[in-house]
Amino acid sequence: MVKQGVVPDDLNRPFFEAANDGRLVVQICTACDRLHFPPRVACDRCGSSDFLEWKQMSGKGKIYNYGVVYDCPVATLKEDLPFNLAAIMLDEDPGILMYSHLPGTPADEVPVGAAVQVIFEATANGQKVPEWQVIG
Amino acid sequence: MTTQMAPESMYRSTEGLGIWEHRGKVASVGIGHSPTARRWDGKPETSVGALSILALRKAIADAGVNPEEVDGLVLVPVTTTGAYWPADQPVPMDAVNAFNPTDDPLDGIGQLSAEWIIKNMPELTNVKFTMYAPGCMSAAIVVAAQAVGDGLASNCLVLKGWHNLEGRYNHGGISASDEVPGSFAINPGRTLWGAPGCFGTALQFAQYCTKYGKNHDMMAPFMQNSRRNGLLFPEGYWAQHRPEQLTPEDYLSSRWIAKPANLFDNDIPIMVAAAYLFTTADRAQDMAQKPVYILNHASSRGTARSITPTLEEVEAETAATGRKIYEGAGITAEDLSFENMYDGFAQFHQFHIEGLRYRGMQPGDALDFYQTDISIEGPNPILASGGNIGGGRSRFWMHTDCMQQIQGRAGARALTGVKPEIAVSGGPMPMGGNFTVWSATPD
Repeated sequence: MVKQGVVPDDLNRPFFEAANDGRLVVQICTACDRLHFPPRVACDRCGSSDFLEWKQMSGKGKIYNYGVVYDCPVATLKEDLPFNLAAIMLDEDPGILMYSHLPGTPADEVPVGAAVQVIFEATANGQKVPEWQVIG
Repeated sequence: MTTQMAPESMYRSTEGLGIWEHRGKVASVGIGHSPTARRWDGKPETSVGALSILALRKAIADAGVNPEEVDGLVLVPVTTTGAYWPADQPVPMDAVNAFNPTDDPLDGIGQLSAEWIIKNMPELTNVKFTMYAPGCMSAAIVVAAQAVGDGLASNCLVLKGWHNLEGRYNHGGISASDEVPGSFAINPGRTLWGAPGCFGTALQFAQYCTKYGKNHDMMAPFMQNSRRNGLLFPEGYWAQHRPEQLTPEDYLSSRWIAKPANLFDNDIPIMVAAAYLFTTADRAQDMAQKPVYILNHASSRGTARSITPTLEEVEAETAATGRKIYEGAGITAEDLSFENMYDGFAQFHQFHIEGLRYRGMQPGDALDFYQTDISIEGPNPILASGGNIGGGRSRFWMHTDCMQQIQGRAGARALTGVKPEIAVSGGPMPMGGNFTVWSATPD
C-alpha cells in the first residue's frame, strides 16, 4: 500500500524527521511527564508550551482494536481495499494511539491485543511514516 | 446587524452547575419542516435557503404568532452535509438572484447567514437578536433556550438547514491529492491511513463488542425499529421517498463501509430544513400549540487523548453528560418517559443511552436491551423518532419527535406504552454534543 506523500510542517517535523532516521519519537511535556500524540502546541495538562520536547519510544505496542476498511475516501488507497486499520497502543503509555494498516496481517485476521513492532514505510514522496507489524 | 457565534458561556458543559436557572421558563411552541430531497436539483425553490424560509414560516404559523412578534433568530450558518461548492464550478447566479442576495453568492445555496434570512423574509420586521450556533440543531436549540431564558429574545426562531450536492463527500480535495500536510497525516479524523467518516465509531464499537462479548448482528432489532419509526415520520426522507421497511436480513447483508459498520449504519445525507419557535413559558400560554417546556440543556466537550477517542473515553464522557442532563433538570433517569439521543452513525446510540443509564442500563447492556421490546408501543421505547437512520441526516428528528410526542401530535408514531411527559434529545457526538430535556409541565 502506497500512502499519500507527506509534507511535514513545523509542529510535526521532528516526528517525521525521526521516522526518516528509523526512530519513533513522541512529543512529551517534561514538566508533566505526559506524552502527546498527535503533537500539540501546548500541554493539555499544564497548558504550557515551555516544556515540550521529543522523546524516543521503544517502538513496541499492542493492538487496541481494529476495523476493516471497504470504502475509503483516499484515492491512492482504493486499489488495496479491503484493508485493516488498527489502533496501536504504545507500550510506554497505552493512552497514546497510532494508526496502522498492519502490513503482513490479512484483512480481518487481526489478533486484538497482540504485540506489535514499529517499522518505517516510505510514502509516495519518500517521506517515511511509522507502520506496525504483529510480532511472532 | 452583525451576527456572532454563540459564546461558550451560553452552554452548560461542566458538572456541578446545579439546577438550570431557567428551568421550565422557556418553551417550544412551533415546529416547521421543509420537504426532503436526496440532493439539490439546482432550482431556486429547492435550495437550502428556500427550504429554510419554508420551515421558518411553518414554525411561525404553527405557533400562531404574527411574524412581527418574532424578535430573535438562532441558526446554524454551515449547511453542508460534507460537500462545499466546487471551486472550479460557477455559482448558479439564476438561483442566487432569485432571492435578495448578500455579498456572498453562496448564501442561501451553500451556507446561510442571518442577514440572508432577514433580507428574504420581509415579514420579520422586528428581529433584534441574531446568533449563530455551530454544527447542528442541537447546538442551536441550546443557544436559543439560553437566549430566551436570559431575556435576549422573547419569540425566538431556531433554524437548521442542510444542502447536499452531487458527488461523494470527502472523496475530492485532499483525499484525491498526491501529497498531504503532516498535520493532516496524523491528526484525528481523516488521516493518511484512509479512515472513512464512520471509522472512529466503528473502532469504538469493535472494542465495545470485544469488551462486552457482543456482535454487530445484535444491532439488527435497533435498525429495524429505527426504520419503522422513521417511516411513521411523514416529514422524513425515507417516509417521503423510499417507504421501505428494513428487515434484519437487509441490514445484515449490506456491504461494509468500515467493518463493523455497514452501509445502513451510516445515515443518508439529504436536503432538508427545520425550524422551531421558542418563547417564554408565560407567553407560551397564549399560543396555538401546547407548550413543551425545557427543563435543562447540557453539553459535552470531551477531547480525545490521542488520535481517536477510545471506548473508555466515550463511556466516561457519556456518563458525565448523563449526570449533567439530570443535575440541571432536577430529575433522574427514572423520570424519562422516552429518549431520542443521536444515532447518525447507528453505533453512537448505545453509547448515549448507556451514559444516560436509560431504563437502568449500564455500559455493555444496550445491545441486549435491543433484543427486547423497544417499540413505540412498549414500556421501553428506543429512539421514538427513528432518528437519522430512520429519517435521513438532519440531526433534528429527535428534537421534533420529543416535542410532538409531548404535545400529543406525533400521529402514527405516538407512544402508547408510556405517557410522554419528560424526554431527552441531542447529539451528535458522544465526545461533543448538546442535549435538551423536554417536559409536558414546567415543574
